[in-house]
Amino acid sequence: MTANRFAQKALSEWMKEDGPDSDIVFSSRVRIARNLRGFPFPILATGEHSTEVMNKLSTVAMEGKLDSIGNFETLILSDLSELERRVLVEKHLISPSLANESRVGAVVLSDNEAISIMINEEDHLRIQCLYPGFQVKEAWQLASRIDDIYEEATEYAFDEKRGFLTSCPTNVGTGIRASVMMHLPALVMTQQINRILSAITQVGLAVRGLYGEGSEALGNLFQISNQITLGQSEEEIIDNLHGVVRQIIEHEKAARQRLMQESQLRLEDRVKRSYGILSHAAIMESKESAQRLSDVRLGIDLGMIREVSPQVMNELMVMTQPGFLQQAFEEKMNTEQRDMRRAELIRIQLASRSQDGGAYE
Amino acid sequence: MLCQECGKRPATLHFTKIINGDKNEFHICESCARERGEGLPGAPNGFSIHSLLSGLMDFEPSGKASSPSQIAAQALRCEQCGLTYSQFTKLGRFGCSSCYKHFEDRLDPLFKRVHGSTSHVGKIPQRSGGLIKTRREIDRLRQEMKSSIQKEEFEAAAGLRDEIRQLEKQLHGASEE
Repeated sequence: MTANRFAQKALSEWMKEDGPDSDIVFSSRVRIARNLRGFPFPILATGEHSTEVMNKLSTVAMEGKLDSIGNFETLILSDLSELERRVLVEKHLISPSLANESRVGAVVLSDNEAISIMINEEDHLRIQCLYPGFQVKEAWQLASRIDDIYEEATEYAFDEKRGFLTSCPTNVGTGIRASVMMHLPALVMTQQINRILSAITQVGLAVRGLYGEGSEALGNLFQISNQITLGQSEEEIIDNLHGVVRQIIEHEKAARQRLMQESQLRLEDRVKRSYGILSHAAIMESKESAQRLSDVRLGIDLGMIREVSPQVMNELMVMTQPGFLQQAFEEKMNTEQRDMRRAELIRIQLASRSQDGGAYE
Repeated sequence: MLCQECGKRPATLHFTKIINGDKNEFHICESCARERGEGLPGAPNGFSIHSLLSGLMDFEPSGKASSPSQIAAQALRCEQCGLTYSQFTKLGRFGCSSCYKHFEDRLDPLFKRVHGSTSHVGKIPQRSGGLIKTRREIDRLRQEMKSSIQKEEFEAAAGLRDEIRQLEKQLHGASEE
């Protein structure tokens, strides 16, 4: 089973690399939406149309045209189990809509899982590139290169006035969605977050909590992305996002510093309590685990906890999701069993990390 | 916890609404949620970007509901995929790339609202976009020429004029082929 390789490990290879500002920006992502000329969009496509689109697009990778970028593997969605699809969603390698709605869908994944090319999602083609840390520009450049390769091999639906035509009017024009995932515990603790987030929405960017539903952010993780795709060039869109994220980083840094100056003991108490609970608890609900993992990660970044590496937080964040838990323990579970298994998994992970004897300094 | 709306059934929906910075927490049961029209997250009839969009698409610039032009719009149909304009407003998605042409007259207000703009200025396809690129270049040079003339830099303007002519010739040649 080839999908197993992608579904087994919680941490993608690319996440293990260090990126700039990775204490606050966990990852940067750019997604490009494209469609082929002459075919209805997936929402109205017949099975025949979708199969033809799939064949046209999947040959690009199979004929080795992407070799200059890296090694790729193509997974056909209908070959995967429901659980495998769920894990791929939790790792952000495919979208929920590709996993649940697409009839003739596929995903082309690079070896390190940094590139995911979805076929017959909401649009015929969606190219997604992920980078560790704050590297939106790099992600855009790579996505654009892959875009050029597909454009060379196929014919895109493009209109001089409207740009690249997409199924949803919110993507038309550049078809680009750039986003960063930010960990902002200090801005949440100092209650500045709402003020900052509402300012963000006024400059054409959107914010949403990660893994959480609606506006609630689990684990103080926020995804910030561009809203506008028409009337601005890709560079303007990326620069705009880049500038705003840079400012948020500075605000978060200042808030962390202020916390350290004004209430270091209380902060340290909170961090170490969370560390203690994660290391010993027998039942761990997902909401609590997200909050405690966020505390521990902040403690690591501030030098309060030295024996655990910062990647543990990223890794556990994915591993404690329901689909991945079931995959790891190879059984279907109800909520209570999951909370028990989650606690167990966190305990094991933290214990093995701290036995490494402070590998991380 | 009991539903704060009916006080009878247990509250199964917990959510936070932020409107203009005011945060409100709600704890209600499913049937009250349905009555109030609160979408269940993840449920098929839930609130989505597409249902939000359909609200924007009913937007009529002249302001009068069910004006003759609006009725005409509802009857619009994409000749390629068969999607009607009224279906489009409900789906919040186009059916094919030709929808953009067939609904053309209706789209400017929508794009203005969503993007604050109506035309693309970004990347152009390498292969099929050659002519478009030339046209954009000509537009850019014309602007430059205008500002040169305003600054009374006539020599520079003449150079730009020649460049424009050269490109126009190219464009002409390509379209005749």
